[in-house]
Amino acid sequence: MRRDTRRTGVFTRRALLMMGGQAAVLGALGARLYQLQVVDGGRYATLAEENRISARMIAPPRGRILDRYGTVVAGSRMNWRALLIAEQATDVQATLDGFSRIVPLSEHERARIDRDLHRHRRFIPVMVREFLTWDDMAAIEVNAPDLPGIMVDVGSTRMYPFGDKLAHVVGYVAPPSEADVADDPVLSLPGIRVGRAGVEKYHDVALRGRAGAVQLEVNAVGRVIRELDRQEGVQGEDVGLTIDAGLQESVVDRLGNESASAVVLDCRNGEVMAMATNPSFDPSLFNSGVSQQQWVEWTRDRRTPLINKATVGLYAPGSTFKMAVALAGLEAKAITPGDHINCPGYLDIGDTRFHCWRKGGHGTLDLKGGLKNSCDVYFYEVARRTGIDKIAAMSRRLGLGVELEIDLPGQRAGLVPTREWRMSKGHPWNIGDTIVSGIGQGYIQVTPLQLATYAARLASGRAIQPHLTRKLGGVPQPGTQPEDWPPLAVAERSLHVVREGMWAVVNEPGGTAPLAKLPDPRWQLAGKTGSAQVRRVSRELRESGKFDSEKLPWEYRPHALFVAYAPYDAPRYALAVVVEHGNAGAAAAAPLARDIMNEVMTRDPASRTEPPVSQVAEVKK
Amino acid sequence: MMQRRLWREASFDLTGKILQINWLYVLLLCGLAGVGYTALYSAAGGPEPYATRHVLRFAAAVVMMAGIALVDIRLIARLAWPLYGVGVALLVLVLKMGHVGKGAQRWIELGGLQVQPSEFMKVALVLALASWFHRASWERIGNPLFLIPPIIAVLVPVGLILKEPNLGTAVITAIVGGCVFFAAGVRWWKFVLVAAPIPFAARIAYDHLHDYQRARIDTFLHPESDPLGAGYNIIQSKIALGSGGMWGKGFLQGTQGQLDFLPEKQTDFIFTILGEEFGWVGSVAVLALITLIVLGGMLIALRCRHQFGRLVAVGLSCNFFMYVFVNIAMVMGAIPVGGVPLPLVSHGGSAMIMVMVGFGVLMSVHVHRDVEFAGAGDT
Repeated sequence: MRRDTRRTGVFTRRALLMMGGQAAVLGALGARLYQLQVVDGGRYATLAEENRISARMIAPPRGRILDRYGTVVAGSRMNWRALLIAEQATDVQATLDGFSRIVPLSEHERARIDRDLHRHRRFIPVMVREFLTWDDMAAIEVNAPDLPGIMVDVGSTRMYPFGDKLAHVVGYVAPPSEADVADDPVLSLPGIRVGRAGVEKYHDVALRGRAGAVQLEVNAVGRVIRELDRQEGVQGEDVGLTIDAGLQESVVDRLGNESASAVVLDCRNGEVMAMATNPSFDPSLFNSGVSQQQWVEWTRDRRTPLINKATVGLYAPGSTFKMAVALAGLEAKAITPGDHINCPGYLDIGDTRFHCWRKGGHGTLDLKGGLKNSCDVYFYEVARRTGIDKIAAMSRRLGLGVELEIDLPGQRAGLVPTREWRMSKGHPWNIGDTIVSGIGQGYIQVTPLQLATYAARLASGRAIQPHLTRKLGGVPQPGTQPEDWPPLAVAERSLHVVREGMWAVVNEPGGTAPLAKLPDPRWQLAGKTGSAQVRRVSRELRESGKFDSEKLPWEYRPHALFVAYAPYDAPRYALAVVVEHGNAGAAAAAPLARDIMNEVMTRDPASRTEPPVSQVAEVKK
Repeated sequence: MMQRRLWREASFDLTGKILQINWLYVLLLCGLAGVGYTALYSAAGGPEPYATRHVLRFAAAVVMMAGIALVDIRLIARLAWPLYGVGVALLVLVLKMGHVGKGAQRWIELGGLQVQPSEFMKVALVLALASWFHRASWERIGNPLFLIPPIIAVLVPVGLILKEPNLGTAVITAIVGGCVFFAAGVRWWKFVLVAAPIPFAARIAYDHLHDYQRARIDTFLHPESDPLGAGYNIIQSKIALGSGGMWGKGFLQGTQGQLDFLPEKQTDFIFTILGEEFGWVGSVAVLALITLIVLGGMLIALRCRHQFGRLVAVGLSCNFFMYVFVNIAMVMGAIPVGGVPLPLVSHGGSAMIMVMVGFGVLMSVHVHRDVEFAGAGDT
């Protein structure tokens, strides 16, 4: 039996050839694997690590803001949130429907949740509702079996215990904008907030702290498998304010419904004890985003709740400016305290007649009498003799019409005009401009904070600067001692005359502000009224005798102002009150000033010692 | 001598046949399935859901393989063309009513079992071609007209598989068919004649490819151009293999596999898990095992005394070899990705069953290597 035909021979040869080929190809695969795994292995190992490890930042807790006694005025609060993890829900929509029966969700919210669910992978929790009440929480927990996928957790949110009463000082936080994120990558973290106004904004960087970092092992879809390394962040620093929160509350309450602001300073060192602005707003509303309706309501309110009138509101100082004019005259030797000026009720300059507020005039007055009676003609004459440039220089020295070193964002400088300023606007300076400047009208515009600073400098004779920061990260800030501030370059003799005038305004019979007298005879208040016209009163109207500011529409009524300090013999506190469209300063602002100053003197925050550190819940954990 | 004469009998007894099964070869297959168990265990991080089922399925498949090994090879030869007909019918059926997986109709359900007709077709085609050439003398093989029917027999299923569309399997089928032609003794120059126009044909075919196939080729040529899209698989697979280094990251320690960066890791990309966790040493060990299985199959062909058995053994060995080559070259980024699993290692029942059917037939060739089965010119 012969099977070895030619066909078999060819088969054997070719089969051996194929085996060789197969072995060679498999060998080549092995060689290629050697190249990939051994020669290039290091490079691929790096790539695998890059795949595996994801570095993420941890948001640092934001620092607190405390008042001068350590009371928290901006802190963190537990924020109970309901989250939905889609992959744990059998039917996402059914779960949301069930949730809605316990905590109603608006259509708007449902749309946002659906959007977030689509945007994220199924294992990433999506916020359903935050700021849940305790009752809501309990209801959700009880119904948990019917709400598959719903998870309740606790986050942190900014809390303002004093709400609208300190809103303009403390400010508020809001989610960062894209521009913010470009500056600091920490801000891209979910839930982080940046200061948008007030101290929150001014000290934002200190309050923010430093982000920690965590290295996570993640899988291909980004799910975290485990934590490889963690570096805790540094908590933001606590900011200690000069504010007395209790005083602030009572000042706000005293201002009531008026569109008004009041600033209380320690006149020896410029510490801001209270800075109130009414009406105000709830700063926590900005945390999660302000509704359109709320926004419209705020912006349409002509009493401007969003504006910090104390630092941004500009008003003509009116008669409160007369101390500055007097000091400018005295220092320029244009007048002496004993110079007598006759007030017939008007002053004619060229063919223009300037009226005194009192028809019929005050007769002959010296400087103290001029202040006590707030005689306009007296100060027309002082201004005429002194000249606008010297008045402007003195005003600035006293803190009017200049930027102050207040540690708040967005203050306005106001204006005290000079010849140069008027020329730069393309007009010559007229003598009439000087005359009206003598009674704080015309181009002059100042803020309530400037007025308070002005009163404090008059009282202390030192160029104090108002400031709010007392401690930063537990470290006391300089400027608490009177010696930290340079003396005003004004002769003590001149200041003394002006102070006497302010004392007479309140305490002498015939002064313009008897209502400002403090009830406790131990404390004597020195002050000055002011009314700032917001609309020029025509000569015809004034002469017709029918002018009565009480009957004007609210927005045309003059602003009522009052500046004061106390006690007269040993000044501690300075105060400025501005009531928008409050008419006469003597009637509207003086009683406010009296009550506020009485409260300040009673509390005497500058003399009270801080509570021991242990009671303040010190800064560092 | 006594034994040998006994086995030449048309029907030697069952026990004798069972003893004739090459159990060493079966052991090699068990070894490869064990590699599969290890890899699938790692892919799921535990025995469920892949590894345990893999082993149970393999155990059943081994019994089935032994059963097929006992079937007389002459009976198998007689069934070759009917089986081929069934294969073509199934391919037509899958086009008409197949389940769509990843944009292609590849499998149908028969009695609760998923069947990939293309896998069945490859075995049937090898049988059909072998039976055709079994009867052909050396002289007849030289006759071009004699080659026309088997060429058609190759082109029909290849065309149908292309239409599914499954480029990878179509090419493998064509090459396996070519191997049988080659082993049968078809003249060298005829292969040159067929192979020469392929580059030009490929250029024309490229224009007629489905978009996803073209994308596959494009991303193969430039995988970094689309790192998160179609190129992602290749890049992640190469990172997994490459980061394994010489000794690997250790069992269950492969970050690419454990953290799901590997796509389809329990099926097409199972080899990367081995490469990542056991390094180059592990990869080469698996390659060596596969080489033994391929060459063992070829040795069975050489030891067979009838042309049908020889050609069947060559065809089935080449089929297994092509499977492995395409899969491993694919995960290394050496050829365009196609849905080709690594036989006996990848998760998936129907592919394993057809591979084991193939090995069953191969074993039947071994068991019946000396039976009287005369073809043309063999006497």
